[in-house]
Parts: sequence; structure tokens; C-alpha cells
Amino acid sequence: MADTVIYAMYDDDEVLKAGAKKLVANGVKVTDVFSPFPIHGLDPIIGVKETRLGIMAFLYGLTGLMLATIGMNYFMVQDWPMNIGGKPSFSYLENFLAFVPISFEFTVLCAAHGMAITYLLRNKTIPGMPAENPDPRTTDDKFVMELRLSENGNFKATDLESMLKETGIVELDQKEIK
Amino acid sequence: MEFQVSNKAKIWTTVLMIVGIVFTGIGIVVASGHGHLGQQFMANLLSNSFFFFSIGLSALFFLALQYATETGWYAAIKRVIEAVAGYLPIGIGFMVITLLTLSFMHGAHIYQWMDSEVMTEGGSHYDELSAGKGAYLNLTFFWIRTAAYLAVYYIFWTGFKKRSRLQDENPDQAVDLHFKNYKKGALFLVFFAVFSSTSSWDWIMSIDIHWFSTLFGWYVFAGAWCSTMVVLVLLVIYLKKLGYLPKVNESHIHDLGKWTFATSFLWSYLWFSQYMLIWYANIPEETTYFLMRIENYKLMYFGLFFINFAFPMLILMSRDAKRNAGILTFVGLVILIGHWLDAWTMVMGGSMGPTANMGLLEIGMGLLFLGLFVRVILTNLSKAPLMAKNHPFLDESLHHEI
Repeated sequence: MADTVIYAMYDDDEVLKAGAKKLVANGVKVTDVFSPFPIHGLDPIIGVKETRLGIMAFLYGLTGLMLATIGMNYFMVQDWPMNIGGKPSFSYLENFLAFVPISFEFTVLCAAHGMAITYLLRNKTIPGMPAENPDPRTTDDKFVMELRLSENGNFKATDLESMLKETGIVELDQKEIK
Repeated sequence: MEFQVSNKAKIWTTVLMIVGIVFTGIGIVVASGHGHLGQQFMANLLSNSFFFFSIGLSALFFLALQYATETGWYAAIKRVIEAVAGYLPIGIGFMVITLLTLSFMHGAHIYQWMDSEVMTEGGSHYDELSAGKGAYLNLTFFWIRTAAYLAVYYIFWTGFKKRSRLQDENPDQAVDLHFKNYKKGALFLVFFAVFSSTSSWDWIMSIDIHWFSTLFGWYVFAGAWCSTMVVLVLLVIYLKKLGYLPKVNESHIHDLGKWTFATSFLWSYLWFSQYMLIWYANIPEETTYFLMRIENYKLMYFGLFFINFAFPMLILMSRDAKRNAGILTFVGLVILIGHWLDAWTMVMGGSMGPTANMGLLEIGMGLLFLGLFVRVILTNLSKAPLMAKNHPFLDESLHHEI
């Protein structure tokens, strides 16, 4: 789908935030912001949906808890009942306390790894993947705001650019994508 | 903007105290026939004195922690923390009265080591194991330690309080005072690290005189810290509801909710660590502590663990719940009762044992102390401006957003 993308570069996150606020108030849709660090309070301004990573972390944690329970019940009780310190494991429930630390650790392990991998996949930032940000300087000390013409049907490209220029940008770039 | 204790709050705290006194009175009359009224009364006095004292103390600890770590977000609710810590002088008073009375009653069958019949060879209840601890657990050394703990807590509290008011009045000294608070906060944490453990051993663990646990102090402290966070959350919500603290936003409440959540986990972690290691090793001298409690009040003992762990974990897990005043109030009140019961079982298990039960005397004294505690905190709040001025991080706190 052909589209015109406008990249506006800022050198201060607070200036960008103020600019985004002004643009959104005028009815402009800001598609995305590229920044070397998270900008506090920007998400609600440009209308980024709240992350669902927390829900996934909970589900990964539950998976870990379940796997640990199934595993330990099989290894320590069903397949080869172990006798540790005079506490024979013939019943998972009666020795439940002994299994708590491992259940806890495995829950944390699965939640943390699952969350990290999901995050990298979702952002398409698995090591070795091509960078998607428009300018390498956004990984250093510059901030880029992206506007798409297709999402701002009420405005012409020149209108958007003149509005952007009033918000304290340092560079402006326009690109056609096919 | 000054805070005024509303008439409604005055009436309610007075009602709590009167109901507490009436219940306690009826409880004393009912229990007077049993012959261990003195022990029952003193055990309840000790558990309540200690529980509310420890909330005030943990508030002081929390304040020192914020100073020492140079935290920013709390500056807007600093006065609320100080108001809770302001219970400390009265809490210290109750601890002194309780421990003095117990000393004169030869321990009242709560502190067996205060009884010379137990500790000296040839006494009618001579116990070799207890006597072996006599070098540490004797009245002179006990009072030297107790006086040291309470004096240090009191001195640090008056210092923090004085500098906080000074900072309000002298904008040009604000930064100097902040760095002084920073140093004193760090120093207090060093004292507190040692004293929080040893004072729990002296005041609480020595009740179960044959038993010992090295993490007991942290377990007691974690429970107190969690209760303090609950009190702070409830107080901030209450003040917001009355229209005070307009600059305190959802993010501050969210942070207090997070602290409640985290300290609940800390407490549960320590409770479980103590329990599991003793269960696993199964050494008779260690298991006595849990045997007493499981035999005498199994449902309450495991129930309070479940409540104090599962309630905050499951209900406060989501971000929205930590920002919801209704949910926070509900969970806070439930786990506050849970931690009060925890303090109660700590004292009762080794003293009253099978004769302890949750009766009118117990509930009455709890209500009496609660009423007094709330009244003192609210009065403290009215004595200083609700918003601290000139704190170097106040601006950061006012723009707090998470």
C-alpha cells in the first residue's frame, strides 16, 4: 500500500512530548515515536495501547508452575519415589512443602524467559534482525516522530509539515513507501 | 493546608476505645474465675503494645529508608509517614509499662526466664535449658538492651521530626538538612538492622524460651513493615477522600499498593522459610514452636498465613487493583487483621498455649489500642502542614507518574 511517511526529528524528549500533545490536540494521529529510552507519559498522549505483556507473564508463570508440578510428581513420586532426609516421597501432597521452592523458581524462570522472548519477538528485535527504526541516531541521542498520511486523511503533507515545524524539530524527512 | 480531625473521626475513635474498654471489662469479669487472668491480661497487653509499637517503628524505618536511598516519589506523602511514626513515643510508653509490669510479676508465666524459681538451681520449677540461657536472658541485661533500643528509636525519631519542621521554615537550609537526613537515615538503618532482630528475640522469641530461630527477627519485622504499608495506604486514601492532599495522585497510591504487595510477599517468604526448614529437619527442639500453634489453633494459624499471603497476591496483582481505593481498603483491612492475629499467636503460643482463645478480652484490647492508635495518628497529622515544604525532591514527587 503506497503511503507517505513523515519523520520529524527532535533532540529533546520533553520538546517531543509537548509537540505530540499539540499535534494530537489538533487532531493529528501520531503513528509512532522512536527513542533511545522510554519517555514517561508519552504513551497516553499518542494513544499507544496498554501493554499486555503482564497477562502473558502471568500465563507463562502458570505454565512453569504446572510443568514443575507435573515434572516433580513424575520424577520424585511416580517413577522413582525418593527418600530424602527421612521423608519418603510416596505422596506429593504430604511432601508439598519440599516442592514449593522448586515450583517457585520454575515459575519465575518461565515467566521471565517467556516475557523476554515475547518482548523481543513482538518488537522484532531478536538479535540479528534488521533494524526497523528510520534513523540510527534514534539509538543514541535523537528522537523521531512518525506520521503517516494514510492515517491523517484530513491533512495534506504540507499542512502536517508546517505544523511539525512549529513544535521545535531539528530535522524533517519524508519517505514514500510502496 | 492544615488537617483537622473531623468530628466523625473523633466520635468513631472514641467509640472504638469505649467499646474496647467495655469488652475488656466484661472479658476480665468472665475470665476472673479461671485463675490465669493476670497472664491472659498481660499476654494481650504485650501483643497489642508490641503490634502497634512496631507499626510506628516501621514507619520510622520506612522514612529513614527513603532518606538513605534519596527517593523522590514519597516527598508528597512524607507527613503521612511522619504521622504514623509519631505514634512511637506512645508506643514506647506502652512497651515500657508492659515490660516493667511483667518484670514485677516475675514474667507472669509469659517470660519464664524472669522467674527465679525457673532459673536458679534448686528452684521449684528449675529448668536446666532455660537456666543455660541466663547469661543473656536476665533482668539486668534485658533492661539494658531494652533501654538502648527504645532510646535509639526515640532519639532518631525526634531528630527526623525536628529537621522536617526546620526544613519547612528555612528554605535556604533545605539541602543541608536533606543531606543531614541522608546521613542520619543511613545510620538509623545500621542500628535498626541489628536492633529489629535482637529486640524481637528479647521481647517475643524469649517467650518460647526453649526455641530459637535466627530469621525470627526478620519475620517479625516483615509483618510490622507490611502492616505499616497498609496503614499508610489506608491513611492516604482516607485523606484523599476528605479532599486533602490534592497533589497526591494515583501513582503515589499505586506505589504504596506495590509496597503492600511486596512486603506481603516478604512476610510470606520468611514465614514459609522458617516453617519449611523446621518441617524438613524435624528436630524436636525446633518443632516445638509450630507444635504448640498447630495443636492449639491450627485453623487460625494456617488461616492467617493463607490470608496474609493469598489475598494480597491474587487481588493486588494487577495494576488497576493497586490504583483502586476500594480494593486497596478491603485487602488492607483484611491483612491488617491478619497481621494483628499473627502478633497475637506469636505471644500466645508460648505463654497461654491451649488456654488461649479469641474472646471479648482479646478483641476488646485490640479495639482499644486501635482506637487510640488511629486517634494519635490523626492528631499528629493536624499538628503539621500536610504537605512538606522545601524538600529537595518535592517537585519530582508532584510530577510522579508511573
